[in-house]
Amino acid sequence: MSTSQSEVRKMGAGSRFNQWINDRFPLQKLMREHATEYYASKNLNFWYGFGVLSMFVLVIMIVSGIFLTMNYKPSADEAFASVEYIMRDVEWGWLIRYIHSTGASAFFVVVYLHMFRALMYGSYKKPRELVWIIGMLIYLALMAEAFFGYMLPWGQMSYWGAQVIISLFGTLPVIGDPLVEWIRGDFYISDITLNRFFALHVIAMPLVLIFLVAAHIMALHEVGSNNPDGIEIKENKDASGKPVDGVAFHPYHTSKDLVYIIIFLILFSAVVFFAPTFYGFFLETANFEPANPLVTPEAIHPVWYFTTFYAILRAVPDQLGGVILMGAAVFALFLLPWLDRCRVKSVRYRGWQFKVALALFVVSFVLLGWLGLMPASGIYLTLTRIFTIIYFAFFIFMPIYTAMEKPKPVPDRVVYEHG
Amino acid sequence: MVNRVLPLFAALLLGAPALSLAASGDFPLQSANNDVRNAASLQRGAKYFVNYCLGCHSAQYVRYNRVARDLGISEDLLVENLMFTTDTVHDTMTIAMPGGDAEGWFGTLPPDLSLIARSRSADYLYTFLKAFYLDEDAVLGTNNKVLSNTSMPHVLWELQGIQRPVYREERNGDEITRVFDGFETVREGALSEEEYSRMVRDIVNFLDYIGEPVQVERVAIGIRVIAFLLVFLLIAWLLKREIWKDVK
Repeated sequence: MSTSQSEVRKMGAGSRFNQWINDRFPLQKLMREHATEYYASKNLNFWYGFGVLSMFVLVIMIVSGIFLTMNYKPSADEAFASVEYIMRDVEWGWLIRYIHSTGASAFFVVVYLHMFRALMYGSYKKPRELVWIIGMLIYLALMAEAFFGYMLPWGQMSYWGAQVIISLFGTLPVIGDPLVEWIRGDFYISDITLNRFFALHVIAMPLVLIFLVAAHIMALHEVGSNNPDGIEIKENKDASGKPVDGVAFHPYHTSKDLVYIIIFLILFSAVVFFAPTFYGFFLETANFEPANPLVTPEAIHPVWYFTTFYAILRAVPDQLGGVILMGAAVFALFLLPWLDRCRVKSVRYRGWQFKVALALFVVSFVLLGWLGLMPASGIYLTLTRIFTIIYFAFFIFMPIYTAMEKPKPVPDRVVYEHG
Repeated sequence: MVNRVLPLFAALLLGAPALSLAASGDFPLQSANNDVRNAASLQRGAKYFVNYCLGCHSAQYVRYNRVARDLGISEDLLVENLMFTTDTVHDTMTIAMPGGDAEGWFGTLPPDLSLIARSRSADYLYTFLKAFYLDEDAVLGTNNKVLSNTSMPHVLWELQGIQRPVYREERNGDEITRVFDGFETVREGALSEEEYSRMVRDIVNFLDYIGEPVQVERVAIGIRVIAFLLVFLLIAWLLKREIWKDVK
């Protein structure tokens, strides 16, 4: 740190400025710890791109959201019209709005793939339990953020979707009704509800998200990134203390991430410019009609990223039971690090029991998501119940089938073929 | 429709099935086959819209001068031919009919049409405008196959004429059901069937356009954005390859 006066005089203006900063703020130290001397395995595959993509979408959402708030009016009388004002009269307003609406769905796409990556390669296992727990908290915060945001356009689906979700709290015994009233701030979903959801959407939840993302990365950089082989690269270091299978986050992984970001942007742009409603999945058809508390839309269902849990909710005939089961479906994910008894992390070396269970779990998750969009009756209801049972079986029997696994031997070094 | 040009590519992103969410009861919808890039059709549609629709329906988010600009109509032509409800070119397409009167006359407020093509779909509107039929039991004397018991009278009857549904009987065991088998003309209109279909297509085209005025420009910009990103992708990939070439 301390540089002698004569050395300082020999430095150029740029270096002197850097020195001045670093004497007062750990800029260089942070850069080293988190970028140029943060080592991650050289064999990370594309599944490892979804973390950086989640961060990238967060930035997209914050920036486009700031511009939307400049023209949006959080009032029951004006909200719908102000969104159309953005779509028609604000310069590039349509683009900002489509970026934000597509970004909401893109966020869940990349986060779900990011979570699947963790399941596949055992990234939730020791020593990364807290990385996983914080990540799950981010997921919860993201669901809340999406729910609050979906009310803001004040269309029919905004209104009635919120009606359905808020009413879930009413199923709780004793506190149910007062709780619902407290959430709405009124006896029905009104201007007051819209106003507070706006506050929660644009300031409260974004702050929580940014704090949790920072914690997620700090925890990750403390223990180091996992890899597709599930090998701890820190256990095999060279003389200089650098993991032999690791390469620096910058410039190696950042240059790879840039490629991922551009591929993501191409797909993202295809939706924004060619199919911004995405066939009614991202912007629902009923939401092009202003909210009307007197008329229910033909079918009410949440946006696609909630439909898996919505299907589980509807699988139970009893309302309170449904709410409890839906809560359990999310909460079970928190317990993964302790339910999994297998010492091997990566699916590459795990026994057939886990491979089958994971495949069944993914199939159930996706099919429940589809069933959540369908009417809850007849064959759909039967299928919903079957896949709900499979969903929970993944967690309930995990301590048993993972203990029975006979994993393959894990190599000492990561598998890397220079492409 | 233009926004269906390249979405297959995007559909791969989620492997999502193309789900038709346009609800229409049981009546099969005809394809509107409208083209929002066809300026002549849009200009005719705008003329029909202000003459036949704007009396009762508003399009409160649509500005007159935006329509003129997008459709290639000069401001003089705009004022002379399209602006009956206001003198100010940057006004929106509002109507003078008081809401209370409308409810008294029709039993309900005629909906604003700014977003009707987005909430209902062009095919729905096209089929709806062609599906009015004579019905002595209905209050207005006409009913509609797409939207049963609609409060909307058949405004274009003088042009289309008047039609009546024909049913054929289908036997299924002992049950006999009446199945709709098309319309028959009761009274000829001023237009031939083909001319009327073209007129309705023009109106629907205009409604499609006002639902999202930027849609043609959006696709054009999108193609350029993706072209740029593909070039950027190549450069980024070369950079990545250069940086990684020493990693063994």
